[in-house]
Order: sequence, then structure tokens, then C-alpha cells
Amino acid sequence: MKYRHLILRNLFRKKIRTTLTLGSFAVALFLFGLLAVVRGAFQQGVDVAAADRLTVINKVSIIQPIPLSYEDRIRQIRGVSLVTHQNWFGGVYQDPKNFFAQMAIEDDSFFQVYPEFIVPPDQMKSYLADQEGVIVGQKIAKRFGWKIGDRIPIKGTIFPGEWDFNIRGIYHGKRRQDDETQLWFHYKNLDQWVQTKAPTGYWKGMIGWYVVKIQNPDDAPRIAKEIDTMFSNSPWETKTEVEKAFANNFAKQAGNIGFLVTAIGTVVFFTLLLVTGNTMATAVRERTRELAVLKAVGFSDNFVLFLVFAESLVLAIIGGGLGLLLAKFMTLGGDPTGGMLGAFYLPTASLVFGIGLALLVGIASGFFPALSAMRLRVVDALRRV
Amino acid sequence: MVRVDGKGNSNSLIQVRGLDKKYRRGSEEIHVLQGLNLDVDKGDFVAFMGPSGSGKTTLLNLLGGLDVPTAGTVTVAGDEITHLSAGRLTEWRARHVGFVFQMYNLIPVLTAFQNVELPLLLTKLSKDQRRKHVETALGVVGLSDRMHHFPRQLSGGQEQRVGIARAIVADPTFLLCDEPTGDLDRKSADEVMSLLNTLVDEHGKTVLMVTHDPLAAERAHATLHMDKGVLREAQTADVPVGARR
Repeated sequence: MKYRHLILRNLFRKKIRTTLTLGSFAVALFLFGLLAVVRGAFQQGVDVAAADRLTVINKVSIIQPIPLSYEDRIRQIRGVSLVTHQNWFGGVYQDPKNFFAQMAIEDDSFFQVYPEFIVPPDQMKSYLADQEGVIVGQKIAKRFGWKIGDRIPIKGTIFPGEWDFNIRGIYHGKRRQDDETQLWFHYKNLDQWVQTKAPTGYWKGMIGWYVVKIQNPDDAPRIAKEIDTMFSNSPWETKTEVEKAFANNFAKQAGNIGFLVTAIGTVVFFTLLLVTGNTMATAVRERTRELAVLKAVGFSDNFVLFLVFAESLVLAIIGGGLGLLLAKFMTLGGDPTGGMLGAFYLPTASLVFGIGLALLVGIASGFFPALSAMRLRVVDALRRV
Repeated sequence: MVRVDGKGNSNSLIQVRGLDKKYRRGSEEIHVLQGLNLDVDKGDFVAFMGPSGSGKTTLLNLLGGLDVPTAGTVTVAGDEITHLSAGRLTEWRARHVGFVFQMYNLIPVLTAFQNVELPLLLTKLSKDQRRKHVETALGVVGLSDRMHHFPRQLSGGQEQRVGIARAIVADPTFLLCDEPTGDLDRKSADEVMSLLNTLVDEHGKTVLMVTHDPLAAERAHATLHMDKGVLREAQTADVPVGARR
């Protein structure tokens, strides 16, 4: 492009100013990248939620149990294909800071309801054969350096006592965003504890929540209503939601991360717009005579408009690109919390969106300076000194 | 032959008829040019002199298509430019006019070569063709050895010569020079005027120049005096330019 040197030379005539503006873009986009990663981490459950799965919890709260006996009755509802149940275990591995999800699962149905989790067949066989066996996600295994055959102690809190588990399998998700930070063990192991060691009646015949796989996602509202109606006016009324809504509500327990991220991002980009707009306006003002000379020798108004826009966009692309690359680089190391966040990466969609935002700011900040440059009257501009 | 009586023949390169220009400053109307006539032939070198505010630069702007008159016509090489749209005027300027400014007006971040190349970026010439044209133009102004220097690395006289190279590189129909020696010392001014004479005498260029400098005006074929928006008289050179130096 024959105008390249004209654009770049103009852009870098004030090196400090251009560098600072590039820095503003880079910092803003770096922050955007990190916020997108954090938002993604909290949204992960929502993103991976399936449309054909319903979650049935106690109407009072997810921490309240519901009867195991509901399972058969739910299965009878038209349109339900599978039902599985889970219990939140809430144990502590070595230190309370080492938080990760531990759940007792119903082996037969769990892996049918969650086909996205892959366990090698030999490891699955080994797990099923061991009452104290567990399957752990590959991220959590990596975090603690676990390998197949390790015996790990976990201190029970909801189900008090010292629990020892044998790692029999390590699962991974089919998709990048699938949560690989969980630990699963046999419900029958938990049930045996309830039967033999729990105080009388504690969690007896109760589970944490059900996950219901349905044949047709379109039937979700009807089936959810039927389930909740079925158990209304009982001591354990239920609240049934599609998995996405459930995951969304779960994520919101940590605060409205999406709103926070959007609010911070908006402020940052508005500030960037002002900074860049001021830079471009100053740059155009300083070059009034030069722009007039360009017009005098035959460059059109539209070319001058293009020239200012091009400078603004080059700033946006270089600065924004640097910021996003830095954010990408920072997240390559994975979850800095050591596994509390199921997903910690900058998705390509966010990168593309970030570049789009940078370009938008570039266009917006260059708009008025470019317009004034375009409208510049040669005669008036040459008269100014 | 330069005439201001409006009776020039239709073959004149530049033909101005009844040119009027009024400005409005607040409630006041300023009549800058008043029914001005002018005929300039190809190869003429005309100097416009007169006090500040007499309308010299306004006339130059109108001749160069940088401004539009309130009334009257400007015809250059058969093209009447006063009714062209802004876009068409810009294209016309690129083809027909070479501007030389008092303050040189070079782009400081571009080298002499790149400054001179600017008008050629508007053409369809290849990079190699553009390079040859630029080298030729810089050769004509005697700055072949300074083509990769930035304006800040050149003297005032050299900067103005680069400005002249930029003005001639696209081979325009005529040159408009607005006080080309106004910012130069005597020696540099003489060099620039010699260069303009060379362009006229050896390359057949037509040059119209506004100046306050009587010595510069003396180098032109004709000197026209502008006073209160009227071209008062025409003094046509009756001796060869070389002899007027």
C-alpha cells in the first residue's frame, strides 16, 4: 500500500504520545481479556449446561436434602429418559484452601446423563470394583499431583470423619470448557456411612439433588412443572429448573460477575475513548497546515478522512492486539487459584470480540478529528500559522 | 503576453474575466477582488505585487482552485474551473497546478524524496516510475544528493527547492508561488528565483508568483500591481529575463 509510510510516519511523529496511547489501548484490552477469562470461569457451568437436563433441588435451598424415593416417581413422568442423583460431600483435602467439588454419584446412571465426561474403560472397571474408589478430573489431579492408585485422605464436614479414597480413574471433558476439577465417588459408599456411622436419621434415604435427562428439550417446562406439582405439599417440596438456569443461579451466589465485568469494561473503554479521541484531535490540530497542503496538491477530502481514520485504527489494532496477546499469554499458565475455577482461558470468541471493541473505539475516537480534517478548508488552514 | 484589460485572445493559457470575491466578516462585507481580468500565456512568468490585504493571495487561491469566486470566471487551458464541484476541483488541481508556498509546507516526517513523491501517489504510476520522476525533479532543483534527508536536515533554501520539486514533479500546467522567497535570506532567495527562471526558460513552465520582494519581481516577465482588489497596471518585460537579473 503506497500510503503506508504516510500513515505510519505521521502516527509515530510524537513517539511518546503514541506510545502512551498504545499503552492505554494495551492496558484496556489486557484488562478486557482478563475480565473475559474471569467471567468465563464463572459462566462455565452455564456455558456447558445441556438443554435436555433438568435439575431438581429442595425448594428451600440446594443444601437441603430431598428423598431418594422421588427417583422412581420422577422416572415415571412422560418424556423423562434418565434420572441420576448426587450428594455434595464438602470434604477438606489437607487444607480448607484446597477447595474442589466432591460428589457422591449414582454410578449406573451418572455417566449416561453426563456423556461429556470421558473415563478410560479400564479405569472405569477398576473404579466400579473398589468401594473406596474415586474418579477425579485431570485438572484437579494435576493440581495435587495425583495419579492412579494414590490413596487420598479427605476430612468429611457434612459427613464427618476421616475418609480415605483410592484414585481409580481420571476423567477429562469432551469440550475444552468442561469442568475437570471434580471428584466423584460411589453413592453406595456414602450410603453405607449413613447407615452405619451417621447419627440416627441423619441423611437417611436422602440425596442432594436429581439430574433428569429428558427426551425433548421442548418438554422441559411441562416436565419441570409436573415434578414440582408431584411433590408439592410434601415435607420436601422441589424446585426444578433446566440445567442452564440452575447453573446460572449457582454462579450468581458469588455475585453478579457478568454485571461487574460489563460495568468495569464499559468504564475502561469509555476512558480509552476519551484518551484516544484527545490524542487524535491533538494530532489533527497540530497538522492542520500539512493536511491543507495535501488537499492543495490534490488529495481529496475523503483521502484525508481515510488518513486520520487509518492512524486511529492502526493505534487500535497495535495497542489492542498487544493487550490481548498479553492477556492470552498470562492465561496460558492456567488457573492461578490452583483449580478453584473450572475453566481459565481466553476463548477465541473473546479475542475476536476484543479486537472488534478496539476497532470500534478506534473508529469512534477518530470520527470527529477525521471529520474536521475532511471539512478543513485549504484557504483557511493555510492562513493559520 | 500578460494583459489585464480583458481583451486577451482566446488562446491564453489562463483567462480571468470579471473576477469578484467578497468575504463577510461579521456584519461587514469585504470586497477583496473587484471585476478582475487577466490573460496569461503559456510560458509566462508573472509577478503580483501590492500591499498586504490587496487581494494577491486571494487571486492566487482562485487561480489554483482552492477557493471559489463570488462572480466571474477562471478558464485554464480551455477548462472553466469556477463551476466545478469541490471533488472535481481537487482532481483538477492534482493535474494542472503546482503550489509553492512561502513556508515550504513540507511534511516533516517524510524525506525530501517522499515529499516530492506525494503528488505522484495520486497517479497510476508504478513505484519505479514514481522513483524516476522524483529523481528527475530533485535533479532539476539540484538536490539529488539530499533526497533521503528530512526537512529538518535541510537549509531554508533547500527546503524551498524541495517544495518546488514537489510542485513540478507531476508536470502541472502552471505553478502558483505564494511568496516563495519570503522566508529566505538574499542568497537563497536568488537561488530559488534562478530556479524558477530556469523552469520557465528551459522547461517552458508558466509561473504566477505573489511577492513583496522587488528583486524577486524583477526576475519575472511581467509585474502586475494589485491594489484594493484591482490589478492596476501591467509592466511587461521588454528585455530578456537573463538581462533583468
